[in-house]
Amino acid sequence: MIYLQLFWSFFQIGLFSIGGGYAALPLIQTQVVQVHSWITMNEFNDLITISQMTPGPIAINSATFVGNQIAGLGGAIISTLGCIMPSCIIVSILAYLYFKYKNMTILQGILKGLRPAVVALIASAGLTIFITAIWGESIQWETTDITNACLFIMAMIMLRKFKADPTLTMISCGCLSVMIYLVF
Amino acid sequence: MNSFQTYRKLFASTFYLSAFTFGGGYVIVPLMKKKFVDELHWIEETEMLDLTAIAQSAPGAMAINASILIGYRIAGFIGAIVTILGTVLPPLIILSVISLFYQTFQSNQIVKIVLKGMQAGVAAVVIDVVYTMAKGIVSQKQLLPIIIMIISFIAGYFLSINVMYIILICGVFGAVNGFHEEKARKERS
Repeated sequence: MIYLQLFWSFFQIGLFSIGGGYAALPLIQTQVVQVHSWITMNEFNDLITISQMTPGPIAINSATFVGNQIAGLGGAIISTLGCIMPSCIIVSILAYLYFKYKNMTILQGILKGLRPAVVALIASAGLTIFITAIWGESIQWETTDITNACLFIMAMIMLRKFKADPTLTMISCGCLSVMIYLVF
Repeated sequence: MNSFQTYRKLFASTFYLSAFTFGGGYVIVPLMKKKFVDELHWIEETEMLDLTAIAQSAPGAMAINASILIGYRIAGFIGAIVTILGTVLPPLIILSVISLFYQTFQSNQIVKIVLKGMQAGVAAVVIDVVYTMAKGIVSQKQLLPIIIMIISFIAGYFLSINVMYIILICGVFGAVNGFHEEKARKERS
């Protein structure tokens, strides 16, 4: 029974979290803290912090975390399944339509309008990450993280000049950051 | 490459990307672009942008939606299942392990510093890909896409307008523009 409840709750979260990422947070909170009292508000805050520190979408992370707390690994798997099910169905339909009709004039027009917008949205996310990485909350001379600024420049050179693997670049930054911390 | 090898490659690629996607939805797109467009040449750059737009328009997590689309594009329905598994397993495993001892993990200084340093790397990866993509748009030497790109950026970054509205408006605008171009072409001929 608990499996069914977990599945249904996360199915709703998956279905109604439009816009992705943090747009899903209030929805998750309502389901797991208010409606079902599966975790406390404190645990929910911990969950957000952990989600920021670990890879993966926040909705999937919450599904795994809450499922684990309530019904063990089986619960985690069921909740995650519930969470991705709406995406699977809707995206499959969209994919089918896209590949079938992508040569239609009207769809070509729509996509031509969307491509530059997508680049802009990724750029916007990139700028936010860049500022957080180097300045934290707000851009001020005093809050500049010199280590991270150097790491950023190094990463940029690795990527553009030496065509380094992105994952390797990110890991190098993490390792160097610890080495600098331990040495100084 | 036979189909089994394709599935294996798809699974390995998405698993690897998902395990390193720190910082939310849009970070996985540049990583996917590097992997599937630049390295494996399985998808074209414009198609990658189309798939991103579709992933954004559907509900649910961006990373999941984008990997379903890529799996479907490369190896059909089974491909989509393979990429979903590849994308979901890393967070599922990592969070399951961490939820066992999350207090220690959260207060660990070394973990914090590694993650802080990795942020600089993530920023560089995203900016690198954005630069390449924006250059692609600008080099078409058409005014309209450049204007759409600039306005969308201002709307998203400075005005914090919901991404869904930006996608919707640009889509409608593109459709109307496409319709007019088509009409003009017909009248000329």
